[in-house]
Amino acid sequence: MKSEFTPPIGTITQIKGQCISLIGNDIDTDRIIPARFLKCVNFDSLGESVFEDDRKTLKGSHPFDLKENKNASILIVNSNFGCGSSREHAPQALMRWGIKAIIGESFADIFYNNCIAIGIPCFTLPNKSIKEIQNNKDNKFLFLEIDLKNSLAKAKDLSFNLEIKESSRKMFLSGEWDATSALLMNNNLIENKFNQLPYIKFNIH
Amino acid sequence: MSQDTLFDKVWDLHKISKLPGGSDQIFIGLHLIHEVTSPQAFGALKDKNLKVKFPDRTVATVDHIVPTDNQSRPFKDNLAEQMIKTLENNCLEHKIRFFNIGSGNQGIVHVVAPELGLTQPGMTIACGDSHTSTHGAFGSIAFGIGTSQVRDVLATQTIAMNKLKVRQIWCENQLSNGVFAKDLILHVINTLGVKAGVGFAYEFAGPAINALSMEERMTVCNMSIEGGARCGYINPDEKTFNYMKNKLYSPKNQHWEKALTWWKSLKSDEDSIYDDVIKIDASKIEPTVTWGITPGQSIGINQQIPLVDELSHDDKLLAEEAYEYMSFKPGQSIKDIPVEVCFIGSCTNGRISDLRIAAKVLKGKKVSNNVKAFVVPGSEKVANEAKQEGLDQIFKDSGFQWREPGCSMCLAMNSDKLTGNQISASSSNRNFKGRQGSPSGRTLLMSPAMVAAAAINGKVSDVRELFSK
Repeated sequence: MKSEFTPPIGTITQIKGQCISLIGNDIDTDRIIPARFLKCVNFDSLGESVFEDDRKTLKGSHPFDLKENKNASILIVNSNFGCGSSREHAPQALMRWGIKAIIGESFADIFYNNCIAIGIPCFTLPNKSIKEIQNNKDNKFLFLEIDLKNSLAKAKDLSFNLEIKESSRKMFLSGEWDATSALLMNNNLIENKFNQLPYIKFNIH
Repeated sequence: MSQDTLFDKVWDLHKISKLPGGSDQIFIGLHLIHEVTSPQAFGALKDKNLKVKFPDRTVATVDHIVPTDNQSRPFKDNLAEQMIKTLENNCLEHKIRFFNIGSGNQGIVHVVAPELGLTQPGMTIACGDSHTSTHGAFGSIAFGIGTSQVRDVLATQTIAMNKLKVRQIWCENQLSNGVFAKDLILHVINTLGVKAGVGFAYEFAGPAINALSMEERMTVCNMSIEGGARCGYINPDEKTFNYMKNKLYSPKNQHWEKALTWWKSLKSDEDSIYDDVIKIDASKIEPTVTWGITPGQSIGINQQIPLVDELSHDDKLLAEEAYEYMSFKPGQSIKDIPVEVCFIGSCTNGRISDLRIAAKVLKGKKVSNNVKAFVVPGSEKVANEAKQEGLDQIFKDSGFQWREPGCSMCLAMNSDKLTGNQISASSSNRNFKGRQGSPSGRTLLMSPAMVAAAAINGKVSDVRELFSK
């Protein structure tokens, strides 16, 4: 666990940090944060329980327990990461542990949306590049500099062209990943839609 | 890009604007909330000094944390009590309709909204729960969202989202006897894989789908998300309209006729364009059981757990992880694997027709001595209907425990949990590691009829053999 947690705000253009690799396809949100930790009315203490059951099973050798990963902030994963439940508790737990960006082969849809909505950019890279990072013998101390403007990730001897949905990239650069204010701007359009939708009128009881 | 499908039509109808980033702003016609994913959203509203935009378009119930044995308040579990209280207060403060325990209408949110007629064709429906895809069975466009999006729907009745692609899953021929909607969707997920649906809405169509009842259609759409598709739907038809008629919140009198005319206009055009089309032969599907740690790792009841060499490179790693976690051997038959716990319930298979078919299997028979079996009706309505039909007695006589409605051991947020590495035969939707409450617990997903058969024999069984006796 890192010291004080401060949630991201405003524009996100650059993320620098140490990588932490988690190997495996289809890692679901029940594994990221088991359901018993969903018994809460805020997200504050989720960071310490991230991957709780996997970590217990591996008795200290889980990547999230290794000393050398203590300050890591860029998570490297394989395919369909975050599948399963829609619980935002999963990215919230990762974020509170210290994760600021995720690079993977692919992400489950709802998990991806949740990450964007709380300010964690998710990027994709082909399997070959992910493996290159995950197998890098210096992985322990692999530092990446992610540049969102150019969708680039650079390390000392490595450089990757990251993929990210254009809409997500723009939202991070403009700060509109926190969507509420952009949505509220269209208040008149919302009212009009409400008045036009056929079924609202059928359902007056 | 898809054109003129039901998905395109409903999406376009609800589109408010294109946001600067390029996502669409989509109006949400019906917003369903429950105690687990809403408290932080209400908290965020308070922080931002915002109100609920259209309180009438949000409906709440309590399902995930409710105990199914003793529901008297305060709950024994303090945290569960705190969560239901928070929901009660939030609904009261924001004037949101809330179906609480004892109201007669409480239950799993995806069971309750359809049975009350809240779920209707042509709507967009969102809920902070991935199984919101269930409501697509009515020809609505329904999908799960996270808590930040729950906040956005409360504040604006809209969310920012990119339009999904549309894949039609055409199910040819008919399911054979003893094969159910659950087997069909498990087979689809196995065929396409658990991530094939990422970025897609699934349109289920074809003769096998047309023949399904509304409740069976809900089972199919419910598990779209297990195939990676956050939205699954079926074009509405006469069965849909018949189901809707006279439900508590379905349109009444002159509104009914208008609604019907509109609903009938809602379907994918014959010449609509899909991003992808897949064909499945429903007649070839057997009762299906999962053997691994994802809902895609399933086989027919008479098949063997696959050998590593039979699998693609990508599936090999996960299979090896599954053999180890499940303590099963490649090549082993799924049939006759002993089970210790049998669970009938969940938003996938906790409806009245699910209870009826399980009761039909159990009638006059006893649950094996080695099995703990319990049934959790999907809602208070389901429970009452089952009692009127005497189903509760059939379950109890067979040795099943009859419980109160809730999500229960589908995700084990209440005290219904596996212990140690117990194996459960479960009518729920996820067999992830630790899903049913024990970090080493093992889940075999199957239809409710198959769970009942497993309960009687104490091991995975082919329910068709019980029917024929």
